[in-house]
Amino acid sequence: MNGAAETIKTTYREAVRQGLHDALRRDQRVFLMGEDVGHYGGCYAVSKGFIQEFGPERIRDTPLSELAFTGIGIGAAMGGMRPIVEIMTVNFSLLALDQIMNNAATLLHMSGGLFNVPLVIRMATGAGRQLAAQHAHSLEGWYAHIPGIKVLTPATLEDARGMLWTALEDPDPVLIFENQTLYPLEGELPVTAGPVEIDHAQVMRGGSDVSIITYSASLYKALAAAESLAAEGISAEVIDLRTLRPLDDDTIMASVAKTRRALVVDEGWRSGGISAEISARIMEQAFYELDAPVERICSVEVPMPYARHMELAALPQAEAIVAAVKRMVPTHG
Amino acid sequence: MKKKPPQPTTDQEHWIRLLRQMLLIRRFEEKCAELYSATKIRGFLHLYIGEEAVSVGVMAALTPVDAVVATYREHGQALARGVSPGALMAEMYGKQEGCCRGRGGSMHIFDAATRFYGGNAIVGGSIPLAVGLALADKMQGRQRVSCCFFGDGAVAEGAFHESMNIASLWKLPVLFVCENNLYAMGSALRYTQAVTDLAAKGAGYAVQSEAVDGMDVLAVESAARKAVDSVRGGNGPCFLECRTYRFRAHSMFDAELYRTKEEVEEWKKRDPILQLSASLRAQEALADADFEQMESEVAREVDDAIAFAEAGTWEPVDDLTRFVYSERRTG
Ligand SMILES: Cc1ncc(C[n+]2csc(CCOP(=O)(O)OP(=O)(O)O)c2C)c(N)n1
Ligand SMILES: [Mg+2]
Repeated sequence: MNGAAETIKTTYREAVRQGLHDALRRDQRVFLMGEDVGHYGGCYAVSKGFIQEFGPERIRDTPLSELAFTGIGIGAAMGGMRPIVEIMTVNFSLLALDQIMNNAATLLHMSGGLFNVPLVIRMATGAGRQLAAQHAHSLEGWYAHIPGIKVLTPATLEDARGMLWTALEDPDPVLIFENQTLYPLEGELPVTAGPVEIDHAQVMRGGSDVSIITYSASLYKALAAAESLAAEGISAEVIDLRTLRPLDDDTIMASVAKTRRALVVDEGWRSGGISAEISARIMEQAFYELDAPVERICSVEVPMPYARHMELAALPQAEAIVAAVKRMVPTHG
Repeated sequence: MKKKPPQPTTDQEHWIRLLRQMLLIRRFEEKCAELYSATKIRGFLHLYIGEEAVSVGVMAALTPVDAVVATYREHGQALARGVSPGALMAEMYGKQEGCCRGRGGSMHIFDAATRFYGGNAIVGGSIPLAVGLALADKMQGRQRVSCCFFGDGAVAEGAFHESMNIASLWKLPVLFVCENNLYAMGSALRYTQAVTDLAAKGAGYAVQSEAVDGMDVLAVESAARKAVDSVRGGNGPCFLECRTYRFRAHSMFDAELYRTKEEVEEWKKRDPILQLSASLRAQEALADADFEQMESEVAREVDDAIAFAEAGTWEPVDDLTRFVYSERRTG
């Protein structure tokens, strides 16, 4: 990145908003559709003011009908539009799962390549706000199980700003998961920030003793853990996966080949999660590079509890990352 | 000593009880809002203020053997059903003395003793549960009613339509109660329904339906009684649309950009508590002093609930993975 570029202080929320704004300005075929995206201004205030600027034809408030409006997005995409379907929260996307899985992900294949679905679906994901067991899961790893869709998980302001347009240019359905806790995240973004590539993971912090592989909100826990490990003489490399499907094996394996240890962190449940997949790939592709078994830190396998202390206990935390790394890396001297 | 007004009639005594229940919900929730600002209550908090007549009226028509399935705006539904205010408040505090041990919070209030099958935070998600409870009753030859509450927004979900159809097809004892407060979050009914007369939807499923003034607790109660009698009598489900209004924001995060202050003020003139208390006063069934006494009793009850929640304890973290599976070996 150009170090001299002028930057502005902004938030993740504002970055998502800029990405949407940019897409709506660039391409008349783009429209936003979902619950409360218009008159309410978006349940995370991401589309505030859009209905005034772009009108109700392009900023479409839908009834509470997730299955229908997601399916309608698929149809509109096939019909030549470039819809952005917004689903408020990942748990509600389960009402639309049939359309995502049985239509969006399969139409190209079933039609023998005749009909592609250039659709983008955005949704909030994740826990941490005491929203309990029907509003606070991290199911993006689940979605990454499905061939035919791509799964993006922007963690940084650059990605929050830039992944959308790239997703819209993709000929196939792309799901973008925005962790609810990231919207208020503050940081600097170049004034020239624009679309970003979505094919590669990114090394966010270089290191030599262990690779901490993660994505989305856990990235910041991993970075905090790496910081405190550094104070104890352990050098952790931190990788932001950015895209969960397709996974960027090359970046993961290159890092593991260097550090010889891998810890995967994600906020989904442990059994059958994305960390299990990454761990298996490391075993398949880099087994002989490893000095220690791959470890995982995931959410405890319980529906999310409401009480603060229980929710914190259910989620991966920086302290647990530090403890795991210390287990894996032999003490120096 | 002041001269007492004439003894209230049995009806009037009943109406006074309804008034007291509405007042309890109102004052309880006003405190909830304060406690949210004080960060004692967290997560999402949806207040029922303005809509009290709906659940108080409907619950008055139900009996203890009946089942209730609620929404995420369910403090009023829970209190009207008889869930203990202390257990409810402790739940919102996240304490283990809460009715769900602090696992659920405001949106997930459950209570077995009152057959209160839960606050549900997936819009429309609980409607089929009521149909299933009714199916179980029918298959086991019990004369019980399963009542589900849901909002106008939920009427747009497939779950509502599929449930209405099946309940009618199988003649199940379900009372569908729609709390039509004209908004689903920030989406006005006119932007979400092609036909805004929600009671008219029942006809398509051959479900007996009625719309009622949801700001008038007596009207709600009498419509609910009629419906409950019919449902209990084996005539299949009924659908009651209660036309009401929420005076507060959708939740604690809502800037209310989608409606005017004037509209809210207009509806506040129809406050169900003011209406009933004015009517009781006009009948001389309720003196100012009686109302003040009611206020102070209710205030004490709310204070007791808060004290109970404050004194509550945190569930040990070691218990985190309990209740993922049953602790008993058989159903
Ligand atoms: C399936 C689903 N979609 C979206 C939401 C987010 N949401 C919560 S409440 C609400 C509005 C529901 O409106 P209504 O049914 O009218 O009930 P009210 O809040 O007015 O009582 C929305 C959109 C949700 N909880 N579940
Ligand atoms: Mg409503």
